[in-house]
Amino acid sequence: MNAAAIWSGIGAIVVTATAGDVLQARAMKEVGDLGEIRQSYGVLAVVRRVVSSGRFMLGLLFMALAFFSLLITLSWEDVSVVGPASASLTFIANAFAARIFLKERVDHRRWLAALFVAGGVALLSR
Amino acid sequence: MTVRKYLVLLAVVIFGSCGDVCLGRGMRDFGAVTASNWHLLLHAVADPWVILGICFLIGFFCTYITALSWADLTYVLPATALSYVLMALLAKIFLHENVTLEHWLGIALITAGVGFVATGPSLTVETSSTAPGKLPDAANRSDA
Repeated sequence: MNAAAIWSGIGAIVVTATAGDVLQARAMKEVGDLGEIRQSYGVLAVVRRVVSSGRFMLGLLFMALAFFSLLITLSWEDVSVVGPASASLTFIANAFAARIFLKERVDHRRWLAALFVAGGVALLSR
Repeated sequence: MTVRKYLVLLAVVIFGSCGDVCLGRGMRDFGAVTASNWHLLLHAVADPWVILGICFLIGFFCTYITALSWADLTYVLPATALSYVLMALLAKIFLHENVTLEHWLGIALITAGVGFVATGPSLTVETSSTAPGKLPDAANRSDA
């Protein structure tokens, strides 16, 4: 498989994984603190509240797409390339996406954390 | 951040790393799965290690979404990246995998990254349960 196809696969993993994370983060903010809900209404209420969120289910769908994109890309290239590249790029993409779509205040400390963790994951996955 | 919330983050780290290590241990018994022997996956899901791994990963997912319900995504992801470190240590101890100098450097970078984010605020956006003058969303519903 040529390099363009492999990097397209890695790009698909990063985009779908980031979309899944952002959608689930947004959904959970809308649902509210699960600890408080569990204390007030019990575990069943937590489950009902979470699975009735359309955004949460859409996030799950994107996570499934990320998983299958990973499997397909792994059939084209070694895990030593796909693993570190997709995991570290997903950390950076999440920081950008959280700033844009979730309006999180990503200050210099969080950027540094994302870059350090991305670099560390790349080294650890080699 | 309360002690309970730090414990939830710790649980994300422990469940995630234990789940991956158990899956890795279980899949070792089956070798490489390809299109020609895909049915091995069906046997794999009955393996005790794989079943234990799946149980851990269900625990990981529950604690992960709990953390996302009260903290930013850009806080939770780096703060729980210690699972990569724990995973490397567990793989070395239980699976006897080789941990190289590169791996130790990676562990140092991740630990530094976690240190950066852990000293800052966990939430920078207003949520349904943090909006001033507004009751937690749970109080406005009729789930009870």
